[in-house]
Amino acid sequence: MTDWVIEAKELRKVYQMGEMEVEALRGVSFKIKRGEVVSIMGPSGSGKSTLMNTLGCLDRPSSGEYILDGESVGQMNDDQLAIVRNRKVGFVFQSFNLLPRITALANVELPLRYSGITEGRRARAAEALVAVGLENRINHKPTELSGGQQQRVAIARAIVNQPAMIMADEPTGNLDSKVGKEIMTLLLNLNKDKGTTLIIVTHDPMIAEQTGRVIRLRDGELDKTK
Amino acid sequence: MTFTQALLEALESLSGNKLRSGLTLLGIVIGVAAVIAMLAVGQGAQDSITGSINGIGTNLLFVFRGGQDQQDGPGGPPGRSSSANTRPLTLGDAEAIADPLSAPSVAAVAASIQTNAEISFGGEKSNTQVTGATQDYFTVRNLVLAEGEPISDAHVLGRASVAVIGPDTAEKLFGHSDGVVGETIRIAGQPFRIIGVLEAKGGGAFGSEDDQAIIPLSTAQARLMKRGAVNEVDVIFAQAISAEAVPQASEEIAQILRQRHRTPVGQDDFSVLSQQDFLSTASTITNVLKIFLGGIAAISLLVGGIGIMNIMLVSVTERTREIGLRKALGARKRDILIQFLTESSLLSLLGGVIGIIFGWLIAFSVGQIASANDVAFIPAVSLSAIGMAVTSSTLIGLFFGIYPANRAASLEPVEALRYD
Repeated sequence: MTDWVIEAKELRKVYQMGEMEVEALRGVSFKIKRGEVVSIMGPSGSGKSTLMNTLGCLDRPSSGEYILDGESVGQMNDDQLAIVRNRKVGFVFQSFNLLPRITALANVELPLRYSGITEGRRARAAEALVAVGLENRINHKPTELSGGQQQRVAIARAIVNQPAMIMADEPTGNLDSKVGKEIMTLLLNLNKDKGTTLIIVTHDPMIAEQTGRVIRLRDGELDKTK
Repeated sequence: MTFTQALLEALESLSGNKLRSGLTLLGIVIGVAAVIAMLAVGQGAQDSITGSINGIGTNLLFVFRGGQDQQDGPGGPPGRSSSANTRPLTLGDAEAIADPLSAPSVAAVAASIQTNAEISFGGEKSNTQVTGATQDYFTVRNLVLAEGEPISDAHVLGRASVAVIGPDTAEKLFGHSDGVVGETIRIAGQPFRIIGVLEAKGGGAFGSEDDQAIIPLSTAQARLMKRGAVNEVDVIFAQAISAEAVPQASEEIAQILRQRHRTPVGQDDFSVLSQQDFLSTASTITNVLKIFLGGIAAISLLVGGIGIMNIMLVSVTERTREIGLRKALGARKRDILIQFLTESSLLSLLGGVIGIIFGWLIAFSVGQIASANDVAFIPAVSLSAIGMAVTSSTLIGLFFGIYPANRAASLEPVEALRYD
């Protein structure tokens, strides 16, 4: 395996907005090492979300090459992308995105269900919940949990399938600063302990400061002025 | 995703919104219940009609005036449907058929004429079918007397003013059916002495046989029912020697009548119908009835299916974010498709099962109401109807689930996650 988890070469993304073509990404190239902690920053409209969607394999670039964990994913079809997302990417969202009707454990189990794993799912999900410090909340439903706890469940869900990277989109955006700090600490500790690559999309400089490297975007291009 | 998993998840999400799932279910329940109940009622009607046709006896043959092509079926009034140029049936025809040499397969023959007339006793009046018949009529039609004696050959020869009446007729005129022998009633204004009362038989294919009056054929011809020719009769009943001999007897009768009426081949001016002919006509009619009832019920099942589609579409829109999340976590198109299809099929399957129970209950109550009103009518829930209802409701769930499920499965994860 290469040392690079992410190799992005000349990524371009063009959206068709009615008659107009909007270039969200205009040739972005960078690499991220295995185990690195990187934040992606940029004002709104800079192509930050588009880049995150592309790196998270939720969307395909219009052109350019994207190699994730040694696999070129640029030209994959929907189902292949789904498999890559399932195995290699762990998502943490700003609004947690937990399914409200099922327990924390069942939420964490979800990625394993889609992996086709039938044995030992509960044990692995429980293990992940222990890793985020929620061993006492395993059978609670999201509505019975605080915001910080919900985000911990989401993090457990992100790590349960041992992905190559965690993609966190404003993970502390919906939390107060104290809880936000706890969540950041948790994410950074997971990175330290297990060496999981961590990519945080944020506009909060305080968070960006805690990461080893900052990728700044401006108008769909890397901003190298700083 | 294994099958049980998909099932559990579907149950989870359906129970998440119980009222909505319940209402959607209700649409299918009503549809399936309607199909089951309607088919049961149709089947019951068919059973009851075939049953009463079977009751007229397997050996019996009916000879009517008028060719097959001019008949408007056995449901029409016998003997009146002929066109002007056909020769009527006569007593002579009946006697010829009764000849054992030319018709060896015929055991007994009875000619009759029929009309409706007002029967009265004291102040009570009743409009009833009056049949002019001979002694053999009672044998051929399997008529049994509860009281008194039948019309005899002597009555016919003497043009006697006597009558045998049905138990319902007696009930209407006297308020009771026993002890009325010897009373004198008026049929179309003329006095007739009651010599016998028939045993109750229940409803029949041609109206109740319990409400009628039978008088000697000659008396009827002379005084009640004037026909164009002397000795003209409406229907000749013939009894074959056995059920197997019915086609043979029918052919023999046709031969005799062709000879006597001098009709060219293929232009018979009479028709010979057996119980089998009535059965096939009746089953044609009842099948149409069943298709009609089933069709109406199928429409409500269809409406139920559209209800499922409607609610699934709402559900897909509502759960767009959930779908986006599931896709982000690695759900493939197929996984989402199966998830929603399982939900819609489960809805329709559950609805189908509950609908069968309801439909059966409806059919059962219809039967109870019928028997409470002394109607011999038992709705029959057949296994094939149940199978059909379950299959079609599940298929409807699948069919109407496909579009919403496909819509869900085709959502772009990026778009779906952004949706709120």
